[in-house]
Amino acid sequence: MRSDKAARRESAGSGAALLALRSVGKSFPNGVTALRGIDLSIGEGDFVSLLGPSGCGKSTALRIIAGLTMPTTGMIDWQNGAGRQPSIGFVFQEPTLLPWASVFDNVWLPLRLKGVSRSEAAPAVAGMLERVNLAGFEKSVPRELSGGMKMRVSIARALITRPRLLLMDEPFAALDEITRFQLNDDLLELWREERFTVVFVTHSVFESVFLSSRIVVMAARPGRVFEEVAVDAGYPRDEAFRTSPDYAALCQRASDALGAAMGNKAGDRGAG
Amino acid sequence: MTAVERRTPEIDQEEVRRARRLQLERIGRWVLPVAIMALAIWLWDCICVWNEIPQYILPRPGVVVRTLYSDAGLLFGSLLVTLKITLLGLLLAVIGGVGLSVLFAQSKWVEMSFFPFAVVLQVTPIVAIFPLINIYVDNQMARLLLCAWIVAFFPILSNTTLGLNSVDRNLRDLFRLNGATRWQELWHLRLPAAMPYFLGGLKIAGGLSLIGAVVAEFVAGASGQSSGLASRIIEAGYRLNAPRLFAALILISLTGIVIFLLLSLLSHLLLRRWHESALEREG
Repeated sequence: MRSDKAARRESAGSGAALLALRSVGKSFPNGVTALRGIDLSIGEGDFVSLLGPSGCGKSTALRIIAGLTMPTTGMIDWQNGAGRQPSIGFVFQEPTLLPWASVFDNVWLPLRLKGVSRSEAAPAVAGMLERVNLAGFEKSVPRELSGGMKMRVSIARALITRPRLLLMDEPFAALDEITRFQLNDDLLELWREERFTVVFVTHSVFESVFLSSRIVVMAARPGRVFEEVAVDAGYPRDEAFRTSPDYAALCQRASDALGAAMGNKAGDRGAG
Repeated sequence: MTAVERRTPEIDQEEVRRARRLQLERIGRWVLPVAIMALAIWLWDCICVWNEIPQYILPRPGVVVRTLYSDAGLLFGSLLVTLKITLLGLLLAVIGGVGLSVLFAQSKWVEMSFFPFAVVLQVTPIVAIFPLINIYVDNQMARLLLCAWIVAFFPILSNTTLGLNSVDRNLRDLFRLNGATRWQELWHLRLPAAMPYFLGGLKIAGGLSLIGAVVAEFVAGASGQSSGLASRIIEAGYRLNAPRLFAALILISLTGIVIFLLLSLLSHLLLRRWHESALEREG
């Protein structure tokens, strides 16, 4: 049992804590309480999904972790030694690329802002484009790419600075299912190789189960953590996992938790 | 019967019609305006002949073209003067308009405080301001430039300000996350994002700058120092030299068209790869 758990740790991450949200709350001036009393700790190397209905504040929680929004109450405790935010990569719901810039320039951007010249950045950018299967598209501009390819550029841009924490805000929600599956596979592969920590916001039960080592189910009004579901299936996960009974059972569990969070009676709802 | 029809799908009648229509449209776009213009000129000529209108009231088109040729030295010299004021005025309008809008973009407070001044400057007719300019500014060239500038800078200012403020919020967050400085955000994000808006403003400003240059010269013409196309028109009017008047008018109008086409081309070249407005429609 112990060794089994150790193996799982091995596959999911080192287990050392990276950050903890301590009774984080956020209220907006119009009286809406987006978040209340969020306690959540995220370990180094974890793949955590925030799953919940729209309006449960999962995106707000992500923005607070990113430092784009300040919490009204509570705090974020960075436990990575430095006591402050590590380097962060952020992937938005839309690809959010510079439409006038080439794929290369878009991926180069975070380095460029840090003062890295084009020639210095070129090997890293080329390597990253290779990793997201976009080699050969350096000179294309975003509008010449498909939705999935744009999202790959966005992921490459987020990872080019080798961040320790990757925040993703429903990145694949607007893509078709085939593209989404492929990007899920590729994302997992990148994560397993690079060993960064991921916080992934989604409203898809299937996606959260397939990707994450932990699912944090959130409830709305006010946004709060409802339940945590551990996904104790090992990595690597592939097409076989997607059709396995284990996967189906885990989806059922996550779906039940989500249903309960939305105040439905267990059993009479779809999987979301 | 239906089986036979299904076996010959190579030629789709609707697509053929569509392609033919598109081709006609492409030809028509050039041929129609030229034909209508030729017809109008011919009609103009006919009216002159039929009604025996004297040359000093309405010259025949042929006479105008001949005057354009015979007075070329005088007219093109004047055109050069007008053109110089127009382009310099436009250049100053670009510098002033973009500079001010960048300043406005730095802070909402600056924008709120100073934008009304720009509006006042814009809505007051230039002809009404000119006597003041005449008193305060000695140099004739500077007077004309100031006029052209006042008329032309507002569309650039207003459009560029709009563009600088309509940057995707997520992109701004991305720049913040990557620790971009204000200057980096301006240079790498806001200015390129404002480019289509700026170019739209520039196209309007090009025409306005010419109008400003001509109107200013009209108002200043009394002082008799200027020799742009406007003063040629006034002069020709006094002398009942209608052919030269028309020739000057045509030159101004052609100048405006050329400026517009050049700025449209510039806009197309800069935006063709990424902006919706400059994309070729597919299919």
